[in-house]
Amino acid sequence: MTSQGIGASVKRKEDRRFLLGKGNYTDDITLPNQAYAVLVRSIYAHAKITKIDSAAAKAAPGVIGVLTGDDVAADGLGGLPCGWLVKNKDGSNMVEPPHPALAHGKVRHVGDPVVMVVATSKAEARAAAGLVDISYDALPAVGRLADAIKPGAPQVWDEAPGNACFDWHIGDPVNTEAAFKNAAHIVEIDLTNSRVAPNAMEPRAANGHYEAASDHYTLYTTSQNPHLIRLLMSAFTLHVPEHKLRVIAPDVGGGFGSKIYHYAEELLVTWASKKLGRPVKWTSDRSEAFQSDAHGRDHISHAALALDASGKFLGLRVKTYANVGAYLSTFASAVPTYLYATLLSGPYDLPAIYAEVQATFTNTVPIDAYRGAGRPEASYLLERLVDKAARQLGVDRIELRRKNMIRPDQFPYQTQVALQYDIGDYHATLDLALKSNDYANYEKRRAASAAKGKLRGFGISTYIEACGIAPSAVAGALGARAGLYEAAGVRVHPTGSVTVFTGTHSHGQGHETTFAQLVSEKLGVPVDSVEVVHGDTDRIPFGMGTYGSRSAAVGGSALIKALDKVIDKGKKIAAHLLEASAGDIEFKDGNFRVVGTDRAKAFGEVAFTAYVPHNYPIDSVEPGLEESAYYDPKNFTFPGGTHLVEVEIDPETGVVEVVDVAIADDVGVIINPMIVDGQAHGGLAQGIGQALYEEVRYDAEGQLTNGSYMDYCMPRAADLPNFKVGNHVTACTHNPIGVKGVGEVGAIGVPPAVINAVIDALTPLGVTDISMPATPEKIWRAIQAAKLAKKGA
Amino acid sequence: MKDFEFHRPATVKDAVAFLRDHDGAKFLAGGQSLLPVLKLELAEPSDLVSLAHVKELRDIRVDGDKLLIGALVTHDQVHRSADVQKVIPALARLAGEIGDAQVRNRGTLGGSVAHADPAADYPAALVGLGATVITDRRSIAADAFFTGLFTTALERDELVKAVQFPIPRRAAYVKFAHRASKYALVGVFIAETTAGIRVAVTGAAATVFRAPEYEAALGKQLAPGALDGIEVPATNLNSDAEASAEYRAHLIGVIARRAVQALLGHS
Repeated sequence: MTSQGIGASVKRKEDRRFLLGKGNYTDDITLPNQAYAVLVRSIYAHAKITKIDSAAAKAAPGVIGVLTGDDVAADGLGGLPCGWLVKNKDGSNMVEPPHPALAHGKVRHVGDPVVMVVATSKAEARAAAGLVDISYDALPAVGRLADAIKPGAPQVWDEAPGNACFDWHIGDPVNTEAAFKNAAHIVEIDLTNSRVAPNAMEPRAANGHYEAASDHYTLYTTSQNPHLIRLLMSAFTLHVPEHKLRVIAPDVGGGFGSKIYHYAEELLVTWASKKLGRPVKWTSDRSEAFQSDAHGRDHISHAALALDASGKFLGLRVKTYANVGAYLSTFASAVPTYLYATLLSGPYDLPAIYAEVQATFTNTVPIDAYRGAGRPEASYLLERLVDKAARQLGVDRIELRRKNMIRPDQFPYQTQVALQYDIGDYHATLDLALKSNDYANYEKRRAASAAKGKLRGFGISTYIEACGIAPSAVAGALGARAGLYEAAGVRVHPTGSVTVFTGTHSHGQGHETTFAQLVSEKLGVPVDSVEVVHGDTDRIPFGMGTYGSRSAAVGGSALIKALDKVIDKGKKIAAHLLEASAGDIEFKDGNFRVVGTDRAKAFGEVAFTAYVPHNYPIDSVEPGLEESAYYDPKNFTFPGGTHLVEVEIDPETGVVEVVDVAIADDVGVIINPMIVDGQAHGGLAQGIGQALYEEVRYDAEGQLTNGSYMDYCMPRAADLPNFKVGNHVTACTHNPIGVKGVGEVGAIGVPPAVINAVIDALTPLGVTDISMPATPEKIWRAIQAAKLAKKGA
Repeated sequence: MKDFEFHRPATVKDAVAFLRDHDGAKFLAGGQSLLPVLKLELAEPSDLVSLAHVKELRDIRVDGDKLLIGALVTHDQVHRSADVQKVIPALARLAGEIGDAQVRNRGTLGGSVAHADPAADYPAALVGLGATVITDRRSIAADAFFTGLFTTALERDELVKAVQFPIPRRAAYVKFAHRASKYALVGVFIAETTAGIRVAVTGAAATVFRAPEYEAALGKQLAPGALDGIEVPATNLNSDAEASAEYRAHLIGVIARRAVQALLGHS
């Protein structure tokens, strides 16, 4: 009945306030008697703190408090915990070094917070922060992963010899060894996956408020998961029970993973508010964000693919070093293991896989999940390797993929790396993307580029990803220290309007619209009659938040469960009003109807009756119409698809221009096509950003050398072509909506397609490898080197 | 940003007098370079002398074979000026490629020239056209004006009033932008003037410089091919993570040839 349910491109309800500049972000919240915090951060990558002299800062105008690591220790605050215990190959636990909120004894990366200065204004706090005199004894530091794994490298932690956090593996080494023995071809590749900064438009902020009269804390924070922050603060860091701590994540301007984690500043402002008797607000600036937000990626890998004479994949062997930075961030250990190596089968029927991952400490800011979180690293490795195999064997790269893809009749497909894919049709998305790209005429486009003096390249990536990490029991067995279900509440008001409470959190995804569409679909009410509430631990029963493209698949499913309970109760009320048995009532198009008759009660009438129960089955049904549900998914969901990219390279300057992007994804059932397209666009921009523009650079000694937008290059709209986005739907088999997730597919699928296109363009010149980001100078140098090699040969 | 006193004199004379008497004072024009520097606390002037209320210095005037642009004319005004577009279209285009729309609406010719950012665009035009900088007390040839990294021939209290550009027969500017900052990684301005060919390069070294080897070659034959095989030495060029000196030297050749093409295409 409704045109606003599943499948409708309803305009985003939340955009009105954002477009009017009326969003309510953490830094917009200023409380009576507000005080402001500024953090003094380490300028050393690794050093012993020999003395902190805060006398001048304490005496400076407006200063209320100057707090150090000693104060944190004296008050017994807990260190920031890691949420996932990964085991070494021998079954022993990973190294989990302490992570105090303010550095104690030593600093371990540039930006490590050392002192917090609180004053009556931000300007005063900043001025006083400049007066804090910290004496350091510099220690040898290691800023790059490649150096940290070398023998004799400076040690970040005494308890982690060789800087190894863990040495983990998955798959079957024996089968894989056998596959390589029987191979007709073996293709090997060495790859790096570059380090990137998340760069959410809104920098992080936190405002802690302790009310002495009620002995109650409130924390406003830029978080993707306020309940998780409350849980970690209650159980691990602040040691205040949940009923005394409210965490609110109001409007949040982008996260991309970087706002999942429990950061020191959240703990510090909440703690300081009690200590100093005033609310304390901290807001990051952009320079601070570069050196304190968790970064993403940063892998070094060697991989080998075994193929038989016909090009069928026989086995895959991978050895990866993953940088985790100086401390373990909340999900740092899960990303290069359970979110990376488990995806190494890709969309392919790969009968043997063995992957080893060594996580490595460096004197850099922690690394954790960033849009895609492990899956982009897996797709990049696999798709670069498959392209190389096609070149080495002299076969067509598209046909090689087609030949090895899991066929629709093979689902459910059990991979060799723990996951079981429920459904997909990789051949269909491949064909759809090729059609959208007009691949049949590619050669003409290449010739046209050549006529302009440009080198054109075509790149392909056929990827798979896993969303809605689950189920809780399996994750727990693998080391997760939290559940992975979701909660939802539905409050139907007496006049039939609806408030939804969800434990997921929207920081750009448009949940206020898509979740309202689910209500509209189920109850037949217009989306304008639905309010979606998220981001407040006092208003929402519980929740695990938003990351890993889980909101629709897990949070949406919880909402459907709660809506089903509302309908079930409504049937009982309607049965009473219609003098029928509840079993004979069907709910359709917003009406409760006695099956096979025209006797019906509208949803609104039933809702009203629930709150004004004059004529009501009061002995068997409680008044009111409000239900909640928890949903623990049975499995991950598995979006996949094909991303095709064409580039033009200026051979004189090395500049790459992305001239065409055609993608076909299978993200399951689509709730709002416009929002799905938008998510694909955003992910593509970030994926192209990593492939061509972005890279965090640390020097060998751990100094961050490009921590500003003068040097760190973000993709701009003008750098990107119009995207051709297509979808082929196979519905997820194990959740009630059939959704899979779309938040990360762009960032996962497109980077290898871009680099494969760049290499394709340069292949005629003899270039065989380009790393991310493919900068103009890098390409120019590769061309020069290839020219020299040709001359030499 | 540290506290400072803010002043808004109405005349050039008062502005200059204030700076003469206050060692820590700085002129503030459009603020597009100075304000970021203040925010990062890389400079802490005691006083800012805003030129916002100075009525002079805002003219664009064609005077025979010269184009005069006041110091407080914004990049956007230069870009859109019918006079500039008519007599030195390359200069109008250059101004339209500076920074972004916000920068062009606030940033001024005088501010840019006095700041002397090594990667700014205007210095290439001044040197490439053989312009003259007119200050409150004298005239300075562009060749003698830019003396080094963020340094000029200006005295501490000297104010740029205008820049006088000789109108060339034809000219062109081509910029290869830094991907992040959009400043010139290499920018080449080539002008065919009555006094011969002038070639100025910005972005590549500590300050803008002329390329005499290119000028000589193009003086003989005004064609892109004239530059083949002539390399600008990488010795004094900037080298950083975005572009090594070697790559910059290569780019100067590529961009110079493209500037010649543009010049020949736009007479």
